Amino acid sequence: MTYTDAEIWIIIVVMGVGTFLIRFSFLGLIGDRPMPSFVLRLLRYTPVAVLPGMVAPLVLWPGATDGQTDPVRLLAAGATVLIGSLTRSVLWAITGGIFTFYSLAGLTALL
Amino acid sequence: MTTSTMKTPAKSPYWAGVRDGAPFILMAVPFATLFGVIATDAGLTLAQAMGFTVLVIAGAAQFAAIQLMVENASIAFVLLAALAVNLRMAMYSASLVPYLGAAPLWQRACVAYLNFDQTYITSVARYEARPEMSVSDRVAYFFGVATPITPFWFGMTLVGILAGQAIPDAWALDFIMPIMFLAMVAPMLKSIAHIAAAVMSVSVALALNSLPAGTGLLIAAGAAMLTGALVEIWMERRRA
Repeated sequence: MTYTDAEIWIIIVVMGVGTFLIRFSFLGLIGDRPMPSFVLRLLRYTPVAVLPGMVAPLVLWPGATDGQTDPVRLLAAGATVLIGSLTRSVLWAITGGIFTFYSLAGLTALL
Repeated sequence: MTTSTMKTPAKSPYWAGVRDGAPFILMAVPFATLFGVIATDAGLTLAQAMGFTVLVIAGAAQFAAIQLMVENASIAFVLLAALAVNLRMAMYSASLVPYLGAAPLWQRACVAYLNFDQTYITSVARYEARPEMSVSDRVAYFFGVATPITPFWFGMTLVGILAGQAIPDAWALDFIMPIMFLAMVAPMLKSIAHIAAAVMSVSVALALNSLPAGTGLLIAAGAAMLTGALVEIWMERRRA
């Protein structure tokens, strides 16, 4: 990380204020006016639109292996998605993914 | 006489909220601890990591910001991507208006600050099930749900920060964050439109990975939101 202290604080404060304004938007300011339905549709997909794109390069080309694709990380990612879609539970998916990652990493270290 | 006073706490909407919010402590504890660990690992000071948790109070966006900061993305991209993750809360805010729009401004401001996935989903479920609730009961219930979660979110971040300073690099913490993102997304893939959006996001982000950090992601996110919305419309037309 190459930011100055001031830059980090700018990120934190602007994110804090921005997040509050997003949460306050309709409830506090805009009130009970109907939103265009297409805007509502777009907003519904923001988490599944942002997070997978952020995570995909990290899974395929991890920085820790200098960008070399790592079977252990691939399998752990696959296990996380599988468990998460089957159980619909974030907690189980994290637990299963971390367990898979460290047991496979441990195994390869032993072999 | 004792029975009637004993019953009051159970019936009060605030305490009902506390009861319904309590299970989420299980989720706040590991999330907040991991945030503390990862923020420290990325190089944030204790005050900065706590600042994130207290001011932003939104797990996924906090992790997203840290990830992009580790990649040294420009400040504008860090902010845009992290705030985009929080845009869904505009939808939460809009859907609370019919229930809480008549509450005093300071209460709506406090609700807005505490409006994260767990409080929102739990409260709206209750409001829908009990349309007879008064506005002040609804506000009390909302604060009740937030009461057990919020102190654990703050406190366990601090624990994570202190623990993170003691964790050696050999633990390969770099991959905890991807696992957390995948774990948050996987349960959201509940319709073809959601899956299509996720696939579009992954494809565009990978294709544009050589652009400066954050650029490809923003284009991917825009394309994916559009994909989700269009597939949803298409599915509705097919059903109709």
